[in-house]
Amino acid sequence: MDAEKIQPLTEEQEFSINMGPQHPSTHGVLRLMLKLQGEMVREVKPQLGYIHRGIEKMCEKLTYPQTIHLTDRLDYLSAHILNESVCLAVENALEVEVPDRVKYVRTIIDELNRIASHQLWWCAFGMDLGALTTFFYGLRDREKILDIFEETCGARLLLSYNVPGGLMFDIHPNFQKRTKDFIKYFRKKLPEYDALLTGNPIMQERTKGIGYFSKEDAINFGLSGPPGRASGFSCDVRVHQPYSAYPFAKFKEILYTEGDTFHRYKVRIDEMWESMNIIEQLIDNIPEGDFAVKMKPVIKLPEGEYYQRVEAARGEFGVYIVSDGNKNPYRMKFRSPNFCNLAPLHKMSVGYKIADLVAISGSLDFVVPDMDR
Amino acid sequence: MGIKSMKDQDFRDNETLDLFKKEGGNFLLSTVDALIDWGRSNSIWPLTFATACCGIEMMAAGASRHDFARFGIEVYRASPRQADVIVVAGTITNKMAPVLKRLYDQMAEPKYVIAMGACAISGGPFYYNSYHVVKGVDHVVPVDVYIPGCPPRPEALLYGVMQLQRKIKLETIAKKRSNA
Repeated sequence: MDAEKIQPLTEEQEFSINMGPQHPSTHGVLRLMLKLQGEMVREVKPQLGYIHRGIEKMCEKLTYPQTIHLTDRLDYLSAHILNESVCLAVENALEVEVPDRVKYVRTIIDELNRIASHQLWWCAFGMDLGALTTFFYGLRDREKILDIFEETCGARLLLSYNVPGGLMFDIHPNFQKRTKDFIKYFRKKLPEYDALLTGNPIMQERTKGIGYFSKEDAINFGLSGPPGRASGFSCDVRVHQPYSAYPFAKFKEILYTEGDTFHRYKVRIDEMWESMNIIEQLIDNIPEGDFAVKMKPVIKLPEGEYYQRVEAARGEFGVYIVSDGNKNPYRMKFRSPNFCNLAPLHKMSVGYKIADLVAISGSLDFVVPDMDR
Repeated sequence: MGIKSMKDQDFRDNETLDLFKKEGGNFLLSTVDALIDWGRSNSIWPLTFATACCGIEMMAAGASRHDFARFGIEVYRASPRQADVIVVAGTITNKMAPVLKRLYDQMAEPKYVIAMGACAISGGPFYYNSYHVVKGVDHVVPVDVYIPGCPPRPEALLYGVMQLQRKIKLETIAKKRSNA
C-alpha cells in the first residue's frame, strides 16, 4: 500500500483487530475478530476451530467404554462430570441400576471437581483483571483436591474414574477422611477469596453493571450454568432433572437477577459454598456395597436414541447417542455448555471498552477444546 | 536435585546427553561459554501458550506447590518476542499449525521448544481416526525436549525443563545450534 494512502485514524472510524488465537486472556486458542471504534467494542466475531479435533467423529469408531476417555479431554476441568454423562446415558439405555454407593461417590467427586474448576476459574478471572495473587491462592487450594483425586483414582486432572455400570475401582480408605479435612480447610480459606478479590473496589468498578444480559436473552441464547443463573434463568440440571445422588442431598440453586459480570462471579463463589454443603451431607452416608455392576464385556446399546444431560461446572452438558445396535455408536453428539455460552459474547460486550471484553469473556469461563470438540 | 523417586546419581547419568556432548566435536568450553550458558539456562522464560489440558498442568507447575521459578522459569511472557522457550502444551490441529510456526518464528534466538504431552509428541489419543490433528509437533517446529504423559504431571514438566537446562549448558558460541 502506498504510504500516501494511509490515513490517520479518526475517532469515528472503525478498525478491526484480531484477539487470539494466542492470547493470554482468551484461555486457550479462541480467536475473536473485533471491530473497534477507539476503545469501544462495536462487533465481536468469534472464530472457532483452532482446536477442533473431531472427537464426535472419533466416537463413532470407538466402543462405549472407550468414548469415556475422550469426553474428559473435552472440558478437562470438569472431567469427572463429563465421564458421568456418558456412563449415565449407557446405563439408562441398558436399564441398569447402579448401587447407591456408586451414586454417592460419583456425586461427591462431581462436587469436588466443580470446586476445583471454580477455583481455577477464580485464578484465571483474577489474572484477567490484572490481579496475579489470585493465581497463587486458588491453585494452592486446588492442589488439595487434586491430591484426593490422585489417591482415589491415580489421576490428577483427567480422572476417567467412571465406567458404565459404576466405578473403575473402590474408593481409597482415606477418601472420606481427606475429603472432610479438605472441607474443613476450605471453609476457612474461601472467605480469603472474598477478602482478596470480591470486596476490592477496583474489581467491583470493573465488573458491576458490565456486560448486562437479561433473562429473556439468556433463555433465547441457551445460556446455562453460572452465567445463565446470574441472569435469573433457573437452569440447574441438578435441581430440575436430578441424577446420581443429588436427590438425596438438600441444596439450593444459586440465582441472581442482575445478570452482570459481578454476579456471574458471585454465582460461582456461592456455588463453591453450596458444593461443600452437598459433600458434607453425603460424605458420612456413603453406603456399603459394590462399587460396580457387572456389565457384559462388549456393551451394545439397543437400537434407538438416547439423551442424558448433566450439570458440568460451566453449564448444561448433554450427550446424544444414536445407536444402531452395534458396539459403537452410530452418532454421538455433545451439547457443550461453552459453545452455547460463547454465542452471547457479542451482545454482552458491544458498547463496552475492550478491557471490559476481557472481563466479560473471563466471567463466561471458556474452555476452548469443549467449544470446538 | 528435586525429584523424589529418582536418585541423584541416576539423574546425573544420561547417556543421550553424553553422546550429544561427544558428537558436538571441537568442544572447547571456554569461560565465556560457561558464563553465557549459565545465564541462559537459568532464565528460560516460557511463552503463555496452551491449547488444551496440558496447559492446566503447566499452570499448576507455575503455581504455589510446584513453583517453576525455582529453576529460573520465572515469568510467563504473553509476547513471543520476550520468550525463550515455547512449551507446546496440548493438541496442535491443522488450523493451529501455521499459527504455532509463526509464533516460533517471532521468537528471538536462542529459542527452544518443549513438546509437552502425548498430543504434542505424536497426536496422542487423536492419532487414529482424527482428520484434523498434526501428528507430532516436530512436523512444524524443531523440538528440544519431549515430555510424555496425558497430561504429564507438573513434576514431569519440571524434569523436562531441567533436561533442557542441561542441554543448554552444553552449548557453545563457537557452533550454531544444529536444529535452529
